Amino acid sequence: MMEILGLLADGIWIAIQPVNLGICVLGVVIGLFVGAMPGLGSVNGVAILLPTVFFIKQQTGSDAAPMIFLAAIYYGAMYGGAISSIMLGIPGASTAVATTFDGRPLALKGRAEQALVTAAVASFIGGTVANIFFTGFAPPLAEVALRFGNPEIFALMLLAFATFVGLGGDDIPKTIISIILGLICAAIGFDVIEGEPRLQFFDHIGFSRPIHFLVLAIGVYGVGEMLWTLNTTRGGSDMSKAEISLTRIKAAAGNTFREGWKGTSIGSSLGFFVGILPAAGATPGSLMAYGVSKMTSKKPEEFGKGAIDGVAAPEAANNSASTGAMLPMMTLGIPGSPTTAVLLTGLVLLELEPGPRLFVDQPDFVWPVIGSFYISNVIAVLVNLAFIPVFLWMLRMPFTILAPIIFVLSVAGVYAATDRMFDVWLMFFFGLGAFLLRILQYPLAPAALAIVLGAITEEKLRQSLQWSDGSLGIFFNPWFDRDGTGQAYWIAPIIAWIAAILLLLPLINKVRSMVRGRPKPQHWQG
Amino acid sequence: MRIADMIMAVVLAALSLAIMWKSGEAPWGAERFSNVGISETGAPAGGFWPFWLAAAMFICCIWVLINAVMKTSPVAKMTEPYMDRHGMIVLLTVGFPVFLLVLLTEFISMYFAMAIFMFYYMLVLGRHGLLLSLAMTLVVPFWMFLFFDITMTKTLPKGLRSVEDSIFVPLGNWFRQADGFVVPLAFLLGGVILVGASWLSARRSKTSE
Repeated sequence: MMEILGLLADGIWIAIQPVNLGICVLGVVIGLFVGAMPGLGSVNGVAILLPTVFFIKQQTGSDAAPMIFLAAIYYGAMYGGAISSIMLGIPGASTAVATTFDGRPLALKGRAEQALVTAAVASFIGGTVANIFFTGFAPPLAEVALRFGNPEIFALMLLAFATFVGLGGDDIPKTIISIILGLICAAIGFDVIEGEPRLQFFDHIGFSRPIHFLVLAIGVYGVGEMLWTLNTTRGGSDMSKAEISLTRIKAAAGNTFREGWKGTSIGSSLGFFVGILPAAGATPGSLMAYGVSKMTSKKPEEFGKGAIDGVAAPEAANNSASTGAMLPMMTLGIPGSPTTAVLLTGLVLLELEPGPRLFVDQPDFVWPVIGSFYISNVIAVLVNLAFIPVFLWMLRMPFTILAPIIFVLSVAGVYAATDRMFDVWLMFFFGLGAFLLRILQYPLAPAALAIVLGAITEEKLRQSLQWSDGSLGIFFNPWFDRDGTGQAYWIAPIIAWIAAILLLLPLINKVRSMVRGRPKPQHWQG
Repeated sequence: MRIADMIMAVVLAALSLAIMWKSGEAPWGAERFSNVGISETGAPAGGFWPFWLAAAMFICCIWVLINAVMKTSPVAKMTEPYMDRHGMIVLLTVGFPVFLLVLLTEFISMYFAMAIFMFYYMLVLGRHGLLLSLAMTLVVPFWMFLFFDITMTKTLPKGLRSVEDSIFVPLGNWFRQADGFVVPLAFLLGGVILVGASWLSARRSKTSE
């Protein structure tokens, strides 16, 4: 434990060096902006700015600095989402949907500053609690993961996909189609094991390598998301007034501690663990925290009418979940959310291998990044509170100025990352396809995660089956003789069976609801 | 919505069949679909993974189709149209211009395509004043050029050779050979133009009110 604290202290020290601190502040400010603007969220904010990793690395000579920048945007976006939820009644990002439920009524009652301060304070507490959890859990998890072989890694991938099916709450066949589309995009070009060409459609050179994750991510979350926002936000909205002063901030923070402590505690702890699950992330985390807070509250009737707990719980949860989603990304190489999938791609662009070896081989990278989580959190709460009037002014920027900038940034961002016009075309068609599929409620986050995990999933499946002469027992049977020693291996079977149960969960729920006549579980995927 | 759900399921089913067919292309002229099973070593062959994924996708498409026919999915129960007038307008006035943005990039460079797109979006869709629209049209692509081509040395497409040689090569050379303060100054100049244009536009709209 002392060793971890020592490494963390070193990491924080590096993170507060002027260059890293400057990058952190810049990232947080950009994040607050992308979070606050409807139609822009942490995923498209980070995805569009991903090509800047080369520039930051070139200027600073450090691998940690670009990742500090991207993680700071992610953090900032979690804070920023609340601003438009409260002031406009339109969530700035899907992660702030639950904040609208009570934040907007508070603003309409003339207590906008209370809602904004509660959101900032709860976000800070949620982020800090999650950082402590992260620091405690990450090193031991990475150490266990170091012993993982091919079957264990494949079982983990299976678990990641199974959580979407079992816990995602979306239409099951549509979720599976989304996962498969992502996996197939990653399988295009060449067979990863034998190096033979495959799926080279029309023998076009553009299909001679797997489709880059960013092409899909920017298509779906850049062009697709903008079309979706333009289609769904049809009318204007009125902005509430907020009077911000130091005295009011102090009073509002005091109210948050008195009346919002329960929601903050629930959001901070629940958010982290929901965030770890690949299917979940910050949006369902915040919705669940809101639900649990309401359920356990002594005054549930106040929820939806401007309860401070109702603002604190989702805001603490979305920050906590965003750190939670980083845990599997950094330790196992499995992103916990679409944004962490983009961050994972950032690691690959920096020529770092995500996964448990990162903690062993690159401590100079890992600990400053973890240290920056703490620093970003402090900066985000300070910048958020100090610059609320500036963000309110920015929210008045017409969407018709922001939208064309996002479109041109999407086009430029894809080309800068891949150097191919073919990919820009693909990005456009993915965006259009995402828009058309989203209307029919096809979830798209599974596709984004699947394209990142596709190559490794296939590789580990095939290598495991080669090892077992084609027997699936290597994944499900602990006594399967892998190496002729007769030793039992428990990890892969445990994970694989959990995955199998999760895959069957919707079926079990359906049978239960048919037998007992219960309603179907509520949709909570953002 | 239900009919659209069915059509989409059929389209995706056809796509999955096409992927299955393409996955079956064995290398070195071997028989089609000889590569989608398990090889002699016990390991799956090259086409195994995409073929069976696409097969699973085909089954899921049929599942979606059955749900739509039986009205057992939430989408199938919706009565509103798949795309109303507003949705069509968004597609035609925003989606199609984005298509043109990518198409024009091939000919007149990404920067000029961006400029045309910005001008159209600001003036026609945004109904902003001519001054602000022109300022955005000028500054945004210029900033992009300074950021990508000059600062990050990540050249974006320049379209036809004649466009590249006559405009971008001399412009790029000029900025690269200029003193270190010129690029930040150019960024700043862009900012001044934008702030000035938005201030003037706001003043004009106030006086017209």
